[in-house]
Amino acid sequence: MPDVLPTDVSDEEFKKWVTEKWGYKKLPMAGSTPAGTAKFFRTGDWAAKQPRLIVENCTSCYKCYFYCPDSAITMVAGEDGKAHPEFDMFYCKGCGVCAYECPGRKGEKAIIMEDLK
Amino acid sequence: MSKIAVTGDDAIAQAAKLVNPDVVAAYPITPQTIIVERFSDFVADGEVDTEFVCVESEHSAMSACIGASTAGGRVFTSSASAGLMLMYEILQIASSSRTPIVCAIANRAISGPINIHGEQTDQLLFRDSGWISQFAETNQEAYDQTIMAFKIGEHPEVLLPVAVGIDGFILSHAIEGVEPVTRELVSDFLGGERKSILRLDPDNPVSIGLLHLQDYYMEARAQVRDAQQRSKQIIIDTFKDWQKLTGREYNPIESYQMDDAEYAFVTMGSGAGNARTAIDELRANGEKVGLIKVRVYRPWFGNEFSTLTKNIKGIISVERAHSFGSPGGILGQDVKSTLFDSKQTPYMAEYCYGLGGRDCLVKEWTEIYNRSIQGFNEGENLPYFWWGVRE
Amino acid sequence: MPTLKEYAKEKVHFSGGHRLCAGCAAGSMARQVTMAFNKPTVVCNATGCLEVASTIYPFTAWEVPWLHVAFENTSAVASGVEAAYNAMRRKGMIKDEHIDIVAFGGDGGTFDIGLQSLSGALERGHDFLYICYDNGAYMNTGIQRSSGTPFAANTTTSPAGSVVPGKGQFKKPLVDIVVAHRIPFVATAVPAEPKDLIEKVRQGLDVEGPAFIHVDASCTRGQRFDPSLSIEITRLAVQTCIQPLYRVIDGEYTMDRPSLRIASDPSKKKPIDEYLRAQGRFRHLYKPEQRDDLITLFQEDIDKRWEEIKAKCGV
Repeated sequence: MPDVLPTDVSDEEFKKWVTEKWGYKKLPMAGSTPAGTAKFFRTGDWAAKQPRLIVENCTSCYKCYFYCPDSAITMVAGEDGKAHPEFDMFYCKGCGVCAYECPGRKGEKAIIMEDLK
Repeated sequence: MSKIAVTGDDAIAQAAKLVNPDVVAAYPITPQTIIVERFSDFVADGEVDTEFVCVESEHSAMSACIGASTAGGRVFTSSASAGLMLMYEILQIASSSRTPIVCAIANRAISGPINIHGEQTDQLLFRDSGWISQFAETNQEAYDQTIMAFKIGEHPEVLLPVAVGIDGFILSHAIEGVEPVTRELVSDFLGGERKSILRLDPDNPVSIGLLHLQDYYMEARAQVRDAQQRSKQIIIDTFKDWQKLTGREYNPIESYQMDDAEYAFVTMGSGAGNARTAIDELRANGEKVGLIKVRVYRPWFGNEFSTLTKNIKGIISVERAHSFGSPGGILGQDVKSTLFDSKQTPYMAEYCYGLGGRDCLVKEWTEIYNRSIQGFNEGENLPYFWWGVRE
Repeated sequence: MPTLKEYAKEKVHFSGGHRLCAGCAAGSMARQVTMAFNKPTVVCNATGCLEVASTIYPFTAWEVPWLHVAFENTSAVASGVEAAYNAMRRKGMIKDEHIDIVAFGGDGGTFDIGLQSLSGALERGHDFLYICYDNGAYMNTGIQRSSGTPFAANTTTSPAGSVVPGKGQFKKPLVDIVVAHRIPFVATAVPAEPKDLIEKVRQGLDVEGPAFIHVDASCTRGQRFDPSLSIEITRLAVQTCIQPLYRVIDGEYTMDRPSLRIASDPSKKKPIDEYLRAQGRFRHLYKPEQRDDLITLFQEDIDKRWEEIKAKCGV
């Protein structure tokens, strides 16, 4: 029986692999995995705080997007046609870098951190 | 083709030239140096297409080999003794990464004290690493086994690194006649360039070498275990394929004069030559003695071994290696557990000999035989004994 | 050169769901680095926080081919990958005209245990980019001192005790050592300056031969600060001239804008005191009593290095 290759594993199969805890005969060879599977891993439950956007203070500077360590921010066009951050709480660990770094508008932050209930 | 007169190292380099690996990453160490020197000549003269990565240490040699093999290349390297120990950490990862690297080893004693001469302890020290581990007795065997190692290792059911050992200086620097093969024969035998099934391919990205915690580490190791077991049949098949092409017969466990033997030497590597001559002399005096030569040490061919020993009264295991504080020799432990598994209970004598390249002459093999038989006749197994050491 | 917003259109090849600590600057750095990838790219990773936290089996955050072998050898691994691609390309076994190779190592994996393999690979001239993300200690194993740890820092193997006040040695001048290999591209960077960092990664990948970038990446756990400050700490490293930003192309030094602003207006140069006070690893320099003697020693060393780098950059 030759070994399984990671490239043969679909997203759906990967989810089964994790929930069913596959044995070595089903696992890809050499301890390899398909690329980017961490996208299925929730780190959002680490968070004690979550960011909130105050859109009127956002200047679309993109700093939060570049500084976020967790790919938890995507820039999405708002009603004003400008890109503003949207927070993905599946990944956000609540570090607060985005809020700290946010230059805001006239000294008013566009991102603030709030306690998660 | 007419024979060429070459050293063991040169024979291996010539074999590697015919294989034309994509990458050779190696670092010089006596007595392996001729291999890398000769191969460098082939690169310099455009006789191979190989990228020669002249690394700054053996640790980097094996690391570069894993990188190259994971990228999809056919990879060769060579080392010995301290070099193997510097790459020891990475040897384990070569097997778990399933990289079919071929490493020729000019077996050499390990420090300390420092010594540059023949001894197999260096290769036996990574017996548990997942590598396929073979020993050659002659330069011809070294040549043939180097070529076959690529086919065995790269087989999709195996994908493991393969080590081929030759006794340092005794083979590495001694000239013997070797019957060469052609590059076409080797290319056909190997089926052209390497076709890796798992590699670093930007079109099909994968991650290799992840952190395995308690939940998956045993499963990853079990895959290597199974690949080692599967390799047994591939090794046998490959040896047969080679025989069809060259007429030269290879078996994982070789035998000499075993058909009617009552006693058997067990050994590995170049020592088998003197053992054979001693056996011829002993047989001329009516002694029923034969030889079991272990060519493939890992995976261990227990069934093939115990088939040869089922009518044997006494086994004399003689190895150019040692293990401090152990219940016997390193090879000896495999022999004893095989006998136990097959419910055979011959007498057993274990010898360590020839450390640091010390000669063991034909007459000494005869003396070892006589000493052992005397003990067996007294109804005793002989305790592990260091042959030829002065007190 | 693209603007920062234009870089935001680039694909990030480092996914969420990795398990770096909240506020880990290595995560910000890895995302920014992958935004510079615009050719087929392969990543080799030394053992360390980034490797461990991004690839806990069976999860991997890497969306490009990624390989980890061990701690001290990632430059050698990258050498082998490059060599194989060259041979395989020559033989027509792969179709890619060029594959970019990026190697990541932490300060332990680069300044200390990986220095030999790095030096070997640089000397041999392999075409790859090495990125050292330096968070100033062996953070992955529990904050032990490395030769990249700054002077006086409290680590678990250079603890601030009642007699010995933290690490007694200055940081190893790794960038100088790398420059001495006369490779075509060397640079320094921080994740607080993403445009500068991404540009340098692209430039490092585009040169033929070895390239090296030293990234000062903070660590909330080991340097001891609130996770929200991780980018600010690397910014402070630039503002205090602890991490001047420059590049060395074919031996020619050029200072980059964030540091150039300080060079042209010395009043903008912040005292290291601001950097030290922001981090718990230097708390013993202030409590129970302020150790001006050590702070002055540290400041003098930074000032000396800053003058040296200014002179090299001709500013």
